[in-house]
Amino acid sequence: MLELDQLVMDFSGFRAVNGCSFNVEQGSITALIGPNGAGKTTLFNLIAGALKPTGGTIRFLGEDVTGASSDVLFHKGLVRTFQIPHEFHRLTVLENLMMVPPGQPGENLFSNWLSWGSVKRHEAEVERKAWETLEFLELTHVAGQRAGELSGGQKKLLELGRTMMTDAKLVLLDEPAAGVNRTLLRKLEEKILILNRERGYTFILIEHDMEMIEKLCHPVVCMAEGRVLIQGDFQTVRSDARVLEAYLGETAGDAA
Amino acid sequence: MELIGLANYALFMGIFIGIYALLALGLNIQWGFAGLFNAGIAGFFAVGAYTSAILTSPYAEGRLGGFEMPFFVGWAGAMVAAGLIAWPIGKICLRFRSDYLAIATIGVAEIIRLVVKSEETLTNSARGITNIPRPFGDLPYVQSQAAYLSIVLLCLGLCYFLVQRQFNAPWGRMMRAIRDNELAARAMGKNIEGRRLEAFMFGAALMGLGGALFAHFNRSITPEAIDPMVATFLVWIMLILGGQGNNKGAILGAAVVWIIWSMSEIATDQLPAEYAIKAKYIRLFLIGLMLQLVLRFRPEGILPEPTRGESRPAQVSAQEKD
Repeated sequence: MLELDQLVMDFSGFRAVNGCSFNVEQGSITALIGPNGAGKTTLFNLIAGALKPTGGTIRFLGEDVTGASSDVLFHKGLVRTFQIPHEFHRLTVLENLMMVPPGQPGENLFSNWLSWGSVKRHEAEVERKAWETLEFLELTHVAGQRAGELSGGQKKLLELGRTMMTDAKLVLLDEPAAGVNRTLLRKLEEKILILNRERGYTFILIEHDMEMIEKLCHPVVCMAEGRVLIQGDFQTVRSDARVLEAYLGETAGDAA
Repeated sequence: MELIGLANYALFMGIFIGIYALLALGLNIQWGFAGLFNAGIAGFFAVGAYTSAILTSPYAEGRLGGFEMPFFVGWAGAMVAAGLIAWPIGKICLRFRSDYLAIATIGVAEIIRLVVKSEETLTNSARGITNIPRPFGDLPYVQSQAAYLSIVLLCLGLCYFLVQRQFNAPWGRMMRAIRDNELAARAMGKNIEGRRLEAFMFGAALMGLGGALFAHFNRSITPEAIDPMVATFLVWIMLILGGQGNNKGAILGAAVVWIIWSMSEIATDQLPAEYAIKAKYIRLFLIGLMLQLVLRFRPEGILPEPTRGESRPAQVSAQEKD
């Protein structure tokens, strides 16, 4: 479904992603792990269209989408969350979710003036969906608060909630577990599995919580220094000497 | 006699508040909804004023005109022209981040002012366009003022309705989301450039209408009227004081600031002549001070941006039953 071929990203002299290639199968939940600074988030930004790669190609659903902007990719079914929450801070939590569904008739100035009735009917539907999502995320009590006033963990949940407001095909989750409490985390895992099995979402997630990865993900892709180190199931990757070296080598280097 | 004078003054003030409220509403679309720092309100005001003037004024030697169309055609033309001129400006400038956009729009407004001032055939240069018809201008003075005030309020009411509808609609929500976080809005599939341009043109059209109402009220328009102080910055203060992101706030702000602005003129005119001139600057100082106080103690303005979602609406569960 997603094919990355020799992706390269240079930031004025610094090469954050250096010839990264791997494929993501339809219906899989792929984990992307690696030490800090391995280029995981940069890779996400490339896939999601927030950055244009210096080199290489990205194919999504068989189509070359290299350099396509993120709004175009969203309409093709690719949705992402951010590592640092990017909430719409002056909108309420409810509005944050309601703005997501694509192709709302009320996004056209003239339909709001000329066919308000149909806009309102569509709005009621969107609002119902948003309340359902809030209920699932246990955020109904803050629905009317401005999103900027939420706690860090709640903002993370809101990020996840946005991906549930549209019919996504591929969802990129950037550290969904960070800052979320344990009980909610288990629920979150459950929801990811449900979305994966029942709605056919394919996931790629960057995560440091190994328990979560073990439970959900296959395959696991380990990155280091901007390229793929190894790809395989959780046990293989975990016991691979190069992975240990990538994580520990850094610490050993720091100590020296 | 005294009473008629007061009534006249109130009518005059009401008309100006109405015109400024239109400008503030237009700015609220651009800044309050879309986060676009337009510091060139005077430019769109001028385009609207002159467009309507050219369309409706009688023939005059040496300049374009003589179409003598009815005033409402002129006003519609003013909105269209201001909206259209916002298109190329927006195309070029909206890529800039907020403060650069402010500089660019100040520049554009200055260019428009200079063109208006020096162009002979289009705007009659510094002499401006005169003999612009005022609707119900043939009535006795007070009635004529009152009639014009009603027209202004009608326009304002209609525009408020149209803008408020957008605020409550997905369009307004989307614009505010783009304003709050461009990157996330793009990741949620919104076309940032196109939407910003829509908001910019929509706001500019209202500013154009404000300009047209002003020109017809004065029966003339000259380059002096396109003063950035009163046509741009005063409007900004109105919006910030009243409440950015709140349409009622924009109108309230226009009323409060204009009342203080024009009352202070009466106050300073009571002073002896030598001080009266100096006191003009005190008025500017007062307005600036007020802005500082608002930003310090109530940055969201008198009426803050409304929120939505406090309570789960009954109609949602009602529809589930249907």
